[in-house]
This record gives sequence, C-alpha cells and structure tokens, in this order.
Amino acid sequence: MKNDSQPLISIKDLKVHFPLASGSLFRRSRQVVKAVDGVSLDIYPGETLGLVGESGCGKSTLGRAVLRLIEPTSGQILFHGNDLAHLSNSAMREQRRHLQIIFQDPYASLNPRMTVSQIIGEPLETFRLARGQAKKERVQELMEMVGLSARFLKRYPHEFSGGQRQRIGIARALAVDPSFIVADEPISALDVSIQAQIMNLLDQLRRQKNLTYLFISHDLRAIRHVSDRVAVMYLGRIVELAEGKTVYKSPLMPYTKALISAVPVPDPKIEAKRRRIVLEGDVPSPINPPTGCRFHTRCPYAIDVCSEIEPQLVQIKPDHFAACIRISAEEPEIERVAPGAAPGLRRDASSRRA
Amino acid sequence: MTASNGSLLSVKDLRTYFQTEDGTVKAVDGVSFELKQGETLGIVGESGSGKSVANLSLMRLIPDPPGKIISGSIMFDGRDILKLSQREVRDLRGKRIAMIFQDPMTSLNPFMRVSKQLMEVTQLHLGHTKEQARAHAVKMLEHVGIPDARERADSYPHEFSGGMRQRVMIAMALSCQPELLIADEPTTALDVTIQAQILEIIKRLKAETGASIILITHDLGIVAGMTDHIIVMYAGKVFEQATTAELFERPGNPYTRGLLRSVPDPTDEQGKLYQIPGLPPDLAHLPPGCPFAPRCERAQELCHREFPPYVELTPGHFSLCHFADEVFAESADQV
Repeated sequence: MKNDSQPLISIKDLKVHFPLASGSLFRRSRQVVKAVDGVSLDIYPGETLGLVGESGCGKSTLGRAVLRLIEPTSGQILFHGNDLAHLSNSAMREQRRHLQIIFQDPYASLNPRMTVSQIIGEPLETFRLARGQAKKERVQELMEMVGLSARFLKRYPHEFSGGQRQRIGIARALAVDPSFIVADEPISALDVSIQAQIMNLLDQLRRQKNLTYLFISHDLRAIRHVSDRVAVMYLGRIVELAEGKTVYKSPLMPYTKALISAVPVPDPKIEAKRRRIVLEGDVPSPINPPTGCRFHTRCPYAIDVCSEIEPQLVQIKPDHFAACIRISAEEPEIERVAPGAAPGLRRDASSRRA
Repeated sequence: MTASNGSLLSVKDLRTYFQTEDGTVKAVDGVSFELKQGETLGIVGESGSGKSVANLSLMRLIPDPPGKIISGSIMFDGRDILKLSQREVRDLRGKRIAMIFQDPMTSLNPFMRVSKQLMEVTQLHLGHTKEQARAHAVKMLEHVGIPDARERADSYPHEFSGGMRQRVMIAMALSCQPELLIADEPTTALDVTIQAQILEIIKRLKAETGASIILITHDLGIVAGMTDHIIVMYAGKVFEQATTAELFERPGNPYTRGLLRSVPDPTDEQGKLYQIPGLPPDLAHLPPGCPFAPRCERAQELCHREFPPYVELTPGHFSLCHFADEVFAESADQV
C-alpha cells in the first residue's frame, strides 16, 4: 500500500491562493488567502488517504484543487502521466471520468428537481457511457450497489433522509467507474448510527472496485477508522503524515499531539485519567499566517527560531513524516529534546519531504 | 434551596406533542428524570430523538402552536414550572436556569455590542445599574478566557470567532450564577481543539459555582468525560438511564449498545465498524410495538407487537426493552 508501488496521484508543491479584493478604490491592498501553500502528497492505488484538519486549514480547497474544481495557483498534480493542473479544459473533462467527488451536504449537492434515476444517470450520458435500456439497468445496478431499493428510481431528493441522499451521491460518483474519489466530509452531516453505515459502505466499495480515496474530514475518530495513512493539515500545509495507527498512537508534531488529545474518547475510565493538551487561542487567519512555523503562535514547545524558519515535512521515523524543527530522526520525542534546542535544523537541508 | 430529597430538578412523565399535517408527532413522550444539586446529566440521542424538545420544554420555550406540553410535571426547587405564569417563568429563565445553544451566531443579537447584551441580563435580573452591569460583564468575559475583555466587550458578535462567541454565550448564561445550566450541543459547531477549550471552561465553572448541568449531545465521547448520569433518548422516549460509568460498562438496552459500538474508538484496533441498520423512525407514524424494533438485531415477534416495559436493572439503572435483563447480562460477559 505504500512505497512498493507507483502513486496513483502525485501532488507536487501545490498552491492555491485566493486574492482578496479589499482596501479602497485608490489604495488596493494586495492581500492573499493562502488556502493551500505548498502541499506535496503521494496517493497510492487502493489506499484511503485521510486528510484531517480544523476548519479553515485548507483541506477542502486541496481536495477540490486536485480535481480542478478550484484552479490551482501553481504546482503539479500527476495522474497517469498527465499533469492535471496544466491540462486544457476539454482534456481535463475527459479525465474527470476517472476522478469523482462526494460532497458533505447531501441536501445541497443533489438537484431537487431531478429524480434519483436522472441524477445517477446524468454522468452516464455526459460521458456517453450508456443510453436507453442499458442506462436504466446501470442505474438500477448502481442503486443496489449503494443499498437503495430500485423502487425509489422515480423519487426526488427531498423524499429521502440524509443518509439515503448520501448514498445517492455515492452512486452518482460511481456511475462512471472512477479510479479516484475525493470524499469531502461525507459523513459530517449525518447521525452517528448513519455515519457508521456510510463509512462501511465506502470501505466495502473501495475493496470491491479497487478505488482510491482522499477522505477529508475534521472528525479524527472517523479518519482514524477509514484511513490507511493520515495527513494532518494546518493553515495550508501538511504538518504530519503517517499510517493512521501511528498518527494516533505516537504523534510527533505538537499540533497533532494536541489535536489527538482533544478528541473525546467514549469511555469514562479513559476520560477520567486523560491529560488533555488544551491549546491556547484560535487558528490564526490564513490571510496573514504566522511566519516560520505556522503553529508557533499556539505551540507549547515553540522557541524563538520557530517564528523564523518554515519547517519542511521530513521523515522522522520510517514512513512517518513531520514538519517541526524541534525534532529529528535522532531525537524524535519533543518532550525529551533539550530546552531551546532545535535538532531538526541541522538535518533540514539534507533529508527532504515525503 | 432544593427540595428535601436533594434533587434540584425532577421531571415526571413529560409529554410534548406537535400537530403537523402528517399527524401528531410525539416528540417527547413520557420522559422522566431527576437531577441532583451539582450533578451533570447527559442527554444523548440522534436527531429527532426528542432531546432538544425535552429541554426546550423545561424552559417552556415550545412554540405553541404547533407544539404543546400535553402532560407531566417539571419540579424545579419545589415548584412546578408547568404551572407558573409567563412572568414567573421569565424570572427563572436566565436567572436561575440558563441555556447555551449550539450555534452562538444565531443566539446572539448581531446588531448589539456584546457588552450591551451581557449587561441586559444583569440589569433585568439582578437590578444592576449600568456601571455595575458593565463591570460585571467585563468580569464574566475575563472569567471565560476572552483576552483583553475590557476592549473586546464593545465588539459586535461577528467580530468574534466561533469559539469566542461560544465563550460569550457561556459568560452570558452564567452572569446571574444560575443553579441549572442547560447546554444544548454546545460544541457541535466548533473544531476539536476549540471544543476542548469550551469543555474545560464548563468543567471549571461548574466546579467553582456548583451549578447543575444538563448536557445535550450526540457525541458519546463528550458525555463520557463530562457527566455523572446519562439518559439515552430514541423516538421521544427514554430508552436507558444509568450512571455514566455503568452505562458505558454495562448497557442494558440494544439501542445503547448499538450506539456505543458504532462510534470508532481511536484508541482501539478496529475492523469493520458495527452499524445499526435502517433509519431513525418517522415520529408521526410509529410502529405499534417498540419504536426501535425495526432496527434491532434481537427483536422478536413480541417486540413488534407490544410496547416494552421500563425495567429497573440495578437501582437507578433503567432500560426500555422486553429483553432488558438478557441484554444487561450479555453486556457483562462481553466487556
């Protein structure tokens, strides 16, 4: 699942900047929101890569930029030898067959004036994959695949519950037999008992159809459950990347540590004993992100240099990457690093990113 | 201050129904519970379970029509809230019973400075003068950890972040030192690191003031760390009620068990996640027997036919199930 195969998608130094039109007519200030600011990630065939972060960290923008639903400012997205970021619109449209998305809000992402069979059938027509009877059969097959009765073909979205609508959205995404799906907070709007159903469905479909997912969520428990590897994002940058289990058991970067410790565990005995790292303050604005390490304003381990040097995502342990100058492969435990020391600084230039 | 048995709030057989085009929706149907002084009660349920309606009923905030509290009693400090006049209820609200809602943006007035909104509360309930109220407002804002409270007090709600707004709400709710704080999904709209901050504040303030808390949430992780007792609601009914420790260790209801098993535990190795099949029920068209029977893995013919009894498993631990004893026994084996 990891480095033994070629990545399906390779994101290289991707940036998505949004210019802000502000200031007066005569004194335009050139402010820019750096939603995604230099992200490099490889996604391997058949894996679920979890992308987790708090609101405003850029995770949804990243997911959409990979599919060119938002235009990247710079960088590359390699997929089957093509750089998606630089394809013409028509060439990109052809590629969309292989790249689909499932949205968070099952209420807003389905056209209320279309029946379920029209919604699921539309991509089949767009890509000229099936017509007439073949299309009808394909739609029924897709509905059964996601656990919806074919009796519902003629119904409209408002006649369904949130979980059922999410199933419709999944069927629509699967209609064109994609190889890669961005699932953007697919369970956040659903009830607990329904979340489990959708997570299981997505996992089952991945196995059956050998799909690859970029699973975006703010829900650390869900991410941990569905993902093979997890990437943690903070203010436009990936700050930690490792196997899901590893990120939870032994996070390295102080932000990840705080994030994991903030997740309530459904067990009163564990909760009573836990010592939480409660971070001070809010996530800073991505308009003027802090210099150096973007987390230094809230980091309990920050030293002066942290505000000056932007840390790179480097391998600290095998297949475990973190962006923090206060740790290194030799001294991975930040609690044990000497006060004021920054062992990561020395090696920063030599060993590079994931 | 409290009734002789030490309970601050005692709800008996509360029923709140809504008349809709689709028929009568029994949003809350026979809910009873008690809350002792200084305790935290968690109310857990999915959307449509009736947890929020139950708590709006406590404050007499049910829009009528279409809603109506059909029966029951809500004894607060020896008096039945349902029998009070509007005026008397208004005196209770905000003063002795306060509420925090999920979305702080919609519960604060966007046109009013935060300081003014906080001052209103104490001017109304405690008879503060303007100067006293202002000093108190700033003190409360400092108390919930708003930096530069003196300056920030004159900002408008939109100038605060989500987490800061929820702090403002808490400051407002606690202005009059209420004896009961009802927090309805107080952290659902917030990020985890901010959620952790808010939960810490609620815990600290509870320790300082000794207030009782009702915490309504869908998140079992939050109730695990915050509450003494839990009631689990489904289809307007209390399906299970127990101390927090016992509920997690030995659930006696199939719905509770399903709910506990369907939450991924980040500390655990996991394969396929347990899932409760089917959909939450349509409250206007409930089946005749147990409302959970269509989704229950151990439902028998009896469950579809007859409404289940409310079985007391151990003192204070109740479960609404025909097979409560069996489920309770199984839970002991499994955990």
